[in-house]
Amino acid sequence: MFVFSSIEQYHAQLQEGNITCVQAVEHYLQRIHLTKHLNAFIEVYAAEALQKAKNLDEKRKLGEPPPGKLHGVVIGLKDVICYKDHAISASSKILNARFPTDDGTNGRGFTSIYSATVVERLLAAEAIIIGNLNCDEFAMGSSNENSAYGNVLNALDETRVPGGSSGGSAVAVQAGLCMISLGSDTGGSVRQPADFCGIIGLKPTYGRVSRYGLIAYASSFDQVGIFGNNIPDIATLLEVIAGPDEFDSTVSQKENPPYSLELSNDQPFRFAYFNEALDHPGVDREIAFFIKKYIEDLKIKGHEVKPVAFDWFDYIVPAYYVLTTAEASSNLSRYDGVKYGYKTPMPNLELTEFYKQTRSAGFGKEVKRRIMLGTFVLSSGYYNAYFTRAQKVRKLLSEKIQLIFRDFDFILLPTSPFTAFKAGEKLHDPIAMYLADIYTVMANLVGIPAISLPLFKHSNGMPFSLQVMANHFNELSLLQISNRLVQQ
Amino acid sequence: MTDQIEYEVVVGLEVHAQLLTQTKLFCGDSISFGAEPNTHVSPITLGHPGTLPKINRKAIEFAVKMGLACHCDIEKQNYFARKNYFYPDLPKGYQVTQHTTPVCKGGFIKIRTGNTEKKIRLNRIHLEEDAGKSLHDVDPQNTCIDYNRAGTPLIEIVSEPEIRSGEEAFAFLTEIRKLVRYLEICDGNMEEGSLRCDANVSVRKKGDTALGTKVEVKNLNSIRHVKKAIESESKRLIDILEQGGIVVQQTRSFDADTGMTFATRDKEDADDYRYFPEPDLTPFHLKDDFIEKILHSIPALPEERIKRYTSELQLSEYDAAVLTEEKAFSDYFEKIVATGPPSPTGEARPDDPVGRGSGVRLPKAAANWMLGPVRSWLNENNKEINSFPISPVQLAALIELVNSGQLSFSAAATKLFSQLLANPSKDPGQIAFEQNLIQESDALVLARLVDKVLATHADKVIAYKNGKKGLLSLFVGEVMKLSKGNADPSMTTELLSEKLKS
Repeated sequence: MFVFSSIEQYHAQLQEGNITCVQAVEHYLQRIHLTKHLNAFIEVYAAEALQKAKNLDEKRKLGEPPPGKLHGVVIGLKDVICYKDHAISASSKILNARFPTDDGTNGRGFTSIYSATVVERLLAAEAIIIGNLNCDEFAMGSSNENSAYGNVLNALDETRVPGGSSGGSAVAVQAGLCMISLGSDTGGSVRQPADFCGIIGLKPTYGRVSRYGLIAYASSFDQVGIFGNNIPDIATLLEVIAGPDEFDSTVSQKENPPYSLELSNDQPFRFAYFNEALDHPGVDREIAFFIKKYIEDLKIKGHEVKPVAFDWFDYIVPAYYVLTTAEASSNLSRYDGVKYGYKTPMPNLELTEFYKQTRSAGFGKEVKRRIMLGTFVLSSGYYNAYFTRAQKVRKLLSEKIQLIFRDFDFILLPTSPFTAFKAGEKLHDPIAMYLADIYTVMANLVGIPAISLPLFKHSNGMPFSLQVMANHFNELSLLQISNRLVQQ
Repeated sequence: MTDQIEYEVVVGLEVHAQLLTQTKLFCGDSISFGAEPNTHVSPITLGHPGTLPKINRKAIEFAVKMGLACHCDIEKQNYFARKNYFYPDLPKGYQVTQHTTPVCKGGFIKIRTGNTEKKIRLNRIHLEEDAGKSLHDVDPQNTCIDYNRAGTPLIEIVSEPEIRSGEEAFAFLTEIRKLVRYLEICDGNMEEGSLRCDANVSVRKKGDTALGTKVEVKNLNSIRHVKKAIESESKRLIDILEQGGIVVQQTRSFDADTGMTFATRDKEDADDYRYFPEPDLTPFHLKDDFIEKILHSIPALPEERIKRYTSELQLSEYDAAVLTEEKAFSDYFEKIVATGPPSPTGEARPDDPVGRGSGVRLPKAAANWMLGPVRSWLNENNKEINSFPISPVQLAALIELVNSGQLSFSAAATKLFSQLLANPSKDPGQIAFEQNLIQESDALVLARLVDKVLATHADKVIAYKNGKKGLLSLFVGEVMKLSKGNADPSMTTELLSEKLKS
């Protein structure tokens, strides 16, 4: 029977001939079939993945050329990452999210006519893309309850949410439906579901990974993120997908180091943490307790760990929602029924009415809420009161964080103030839902890399994580410390 | 006409010029006018999910070029903004524009109406992307959209409200058209929409300092229409005020058939465009050496050329103005002049007394040829100077034949010019020889030389006539000298004796 533990071990097994890519793909196809009710996958590229596996097995037999870094690695993609000739919908009806028709086949959705830069790089490294994964509509949500395809279930406790918006991507790794998966993180959409599902989730620096082909939610926040079971796998994947891209001018030209080869580092580090976060009334007491205890352990292990005064928590969630909804309201204007995707079936509508009907029926409730919020904060008369002030908060926050990084290597925070909650629990209280992002939006507002490490287990049986943040483009040291922390 | 005494017309123009870059402002789609609809449309142009813009450096360069030519201040820290509105030909639901931070600020354009020169100050020049084209006349039921144009780089040139008449607007636009063509950043074709203009028109009592309520007039497809529209619109506004009415802020469209404007919408339902910085593009910084390099790439512009033509080349204002209307035409003219003597005034060289300087000066002759036969031919054949078959060097050779007296102007203009057009690779002199055009004029040349010698030696002529017949050989020698020994001695002697008899 096929058992996956790491890419390195999988590659060793392939070399020894104990296993084939086809066997790996067959294993995952069977697992996906058995866990269909989790609703993690939207579409499974079964035939295609098997064919690719077969080709790779044959290629390996010939021995030349040497296998790619992700040779035969089975990967799932969040439904916001474009893959040429494959349907994509951001889990939205407006891109004709495909529902099974009477004959059991899927209806025809919007098909991407190009591949995202990250997909091009995965394919060039010989990865096998096994399917696309359920998520909150346009990556807006913290529980994966805003999908045109329905909720995704947390495999550890199916009455609980997997987190969002990359819920499908998290569950796919959690439930062993692929080796590693890609999500997107605008305000915690990779780290929070990783936390809820008990796996590792990395959000790289804004500008580290190309966004070309990532369906935009909020352009100055969005970043492709990685879900995995161990740090070396995540490092290898980052190595492949990161780096300059001529199609995304917001990507840094900075060198992209070979993270996976440089993971060991035994030096003591300097950690900052915020008592204001751990003593926040919204945070679960058990989570606060374990993380405080962990901080003490780090000191004992020889690291420098100090509290830093930080009284920003009341501002960052509002600033985040003002800015992201503003960008979203503009980013989602292209879904108008004119060029592609869903279009109202009502005939002979006057233009404005056509837009209203199409967009009212095409977008889900949460997406419409955010478009309206964003339109409001950008409208003349309110612009300065909301958008300009939120921009100011963002700038001041960045300055504050930079000051902290003058004296520290990392900032420690919980990933989420609570463990995975029950499905439906916060659905009717958007403010409570938004506050779930309180510890994750900071990294996106500032653009720094952050990782969620599943180090703890709650008495309710659910996992929870420590979040570690590093300064811009310090993924290498972030992965180094993470590798140490998860192995301790 | 009390109107014109009491009222002042105030006009500001917004001119959009499509830049002649190879590719679009934010993607690699090529720009090609008149291509099959929707054939230059990548996923980026179509605003497909996940696509991102990427700035075209050439477009920035062109915008800066125009700014420098218009004496603007160049902004070094630039960013783009999004202008949000819904329209089917706008693929992304927003237009990426420099609306909030123009790359060029201030500056001016000099115009001339009648005998007065005036500076029209500019508010700004900024970069933005064009939308697609809605075609309402292709299908009776539907509006068709061609996205080829979407994403084409535009500059928007905004004047201050300092234009005071349709005539001034005409001159302003003519000047802009001339400039963009000189800079080779836009083809300046208003009929095809590569140069577009909206006019903000208002009127006020003379002496008032506050601006009147403005009306924006759109759909102006030629420079003439702009002039007409401003004239009819300002008259309409004055009539409203005269009748005690109130001008409503409106967008109006010009109907070329009636010469009148009509309201398309009131400003009350104006959109809120919700501008904010485009997060998909990083701000761009212009370095001094980048601007410097652009400055050096700017060719001599009409104003400078006119100055040189009238002073150094001693042409009339009129000739200079017409010669410089088009850069290529003016370049051609300059190439002819460059074949002549290095002295800018075209004076004869001492070693070349029968050369180009001996007849009409070359610059004047070249101007006459350019504005006469060459321009007529271009007009008749509906061609640009770039496709004129005769090279400047050949035309210069032809002019030289005339100037040196070997050929009469009429023979050159009627016979040799058309022969040369038919055989553009041939040497004009050779054609003239082959066609026997030159023979007849040999005598003419000689006659001219003889006249010249006799005129310069008037005292000796009197002496000769008084009996000193031996002076004949001196005259012959002088003619030989002038002709550099080319004159036939017996013919010269014969001609001299002939002339001295009278």
